[in-house]
Amino acid sequence: MSAVPTNAADAGRTDGLDPNAPMVELAGVHKWYGDNHVLTGVDLVVPRGTVTVMLGPSGSGKSTALRCINQLEEIGAGSIHVEGELQGYREEGGRLHRLHPKKIAVQRARVGMVFQRFNLFPHMTAIGNVMEAPIQVLGKSKAEARERAAELLTRVGLSDRLEHYPSQLSGGQQQRVAIARALAMDPDLMLFDEPTSALDPELVGEVLGVMRDLAASGMTMIVVTHEIGFAREVADQVVFMADGAVVEHGPVAQVIDAPTEPRTQDFLAHVL
Amino acid sequence: MTTTTPAAGRPAAEPERIHAVPVRYPGRWISAAVVVVLAAMAVNALITNDKFAWPTVGKYLFSQPIMRGVGWTLVLTVASMAIAIVLAVLLAVMRRSANPVMRWVSWVYIWFFRGTPIYTQLAFWGYASVLYKNLSLGVPFGPEFFQVDTADLLNPLRAAIIGLALNEAAYLAEIVRAGLQSVDRGQSEAARALGMKEGRILWRIVLPQAMRVIVPPTGNETISMLKTTSLVLAVPFIYDLNFAQAAIGNRIFQPLPLLVVAAIWYLVITSILMVGQYYLERYYGRGFDEHSPKKRPARQAAINAARTTADPSPLDGVTP
Repeated sequence: MSAVPTNAADAGRTDGLDPNAPMVELAGVHKWYGDNHVLTGVDLVVPRGTVTVMLGPSGSGKSTALRCINQLEEIGAGSIHVEGELQGYREEGGRLHRLHPKKIAVQRARVGMVFQRFNLFPHMTAIGNVMEAPIQVLGKSKAEARERAAELLTRVGLSDRLEHYPSQLSGGQQQRVAIARALAMDPDLMLFDEPTSALDPELVGEVLGVMRDLAASGMTMIVVTHEIGFAREVADQVVFMADGAVVEHGPVAQVIDAPTEPRTQDFLAHVL
Repeated sequence: MTTTTPAAGRPAAEPERIHAVPVRYPGRWISAAVVVVLAAMAVNALITNDKFAWPTVGKYLFSQPIMRGVGWTLVLTVASMAIAIVLAVLLAVMRRSANPVMRWVSWVYIWFFRGTPIYTQLAFWGYASVLYKNLSLGVPFGPEFFQVDTADLLNPLRAAIIGLALNEAAYLAEIVRAGLQSVDRGQSEAARALGMKEGRILWRIVLPQAMRVIVPPTGNETISMLKTTSLVLAVPFIYDLNFAQAAIGNRIFQPLPLLVVAAIWYLVITSILMVGQYYLERYYGRGFDEHSPKKRPARQAAINAARTTADPSPLDGVTP
């Protein structure tokens, strides 16, 4: 089994991508909101086919870092590469040139994102949500998109909820639709921004279950979460962030079980 | 897997439902009686007053000039609203554009067309052919490719429709903008994350949701437009319902019954428009009506049927 799920859409978008480069590489990423310095130099490497769990107190910049990878936020300094390709800019004559929004859209299409608040399209059914981007972005036919969407919704356990509107689904079901929607674009990388934080406790399990299956299938994932149990079980790498920078990173056994940094120890003492 | 057998100790039989005596509201009966009496008095005052000349109303209600007036009023309303809606969406999008030139142009347009009276604007469109005898297409300040007579291009009907539409677009643009603003930012963010381009996001994701907010005030504007069409006299365009009724009323020296004729027709058309609005609102409300008490059982049934809450948590024994 290959580490990265193969898909037909990959063939058309390999230009500029380095198959040997790590999936994601953040180098010295800074982010300012006005005078507020929220990311103070984030360095992070996510190898292909691995799961990275980002932990840290609220306001530590985890979500912001994640949103920068998908260019929902512009970075102020540093660089982000996905599959070896610089995100958001092109280097020419020793200067950075901002990419046209259409180019940025192409880069984003390779990266799936799941939000804390689901952000499903409320005017579309579950299957409509999943079909939308493949039709509008990849130019798939309606029939083709529908077939794939049904397949994905079945994979997340919602084969009998295809024609339901998001308002007719529970939070856990909505988040699973959101995961299927992101997967429909055949992404090389999946980002999860606190995917279970808005869920009732008894619904958390079904979403984590889907994510666990996805990790087992070899998908490269970056997960911002407070679910230490999930991190323990699935993470290849745990990243602990505080004050806008990575404080400590490494395997579970190191960061969660034997943290060396006082801030990590302090955080885990509160969470565990 | 959990099963659906009832818990031990619970009786299998249906419990007896509560059949209580409802609270009485005598005030409702009293107020209903008062309203009925008042309504009867009003109807009586209308029917028995022969100054309304009901036979005359009946005679002209379906007369040819009145029917033609109804037809032209509908044409003016529908055509000007159709143009106004398209223009308004354009203006609203320009108003939110990242391009400062677009924002500025939209702002000035709205400022001007809301800031000057509709009657003046209509009169201006009527005079346009006097102000500029010919319109031509060509290079600015350079050669012309072809030329038309303004009076041919802007005949009274077109002048009236354009005048109404351009004015209405300025008001509708603000309604559309309010609608676009009402859509949660997370929606366009999610679409962006899927790689959708801005134009598609607007058309497929944001605008359909904004319609829920846009439709009710637009219905309001349409009904208002129906009656604003009576101002096309300023162009002058002289076939609409209001002009038709005034012409007859003045000719037979009985303005009152003809005013009643016009009022009846405006009321009928408004009622039809309201039915249309109901269906539009229902269409754009799809997926949003989960809070109506009618739909709540369906939502709960859907959740129950999926047994999402019954799944064993994979965190059992994992999380400390």
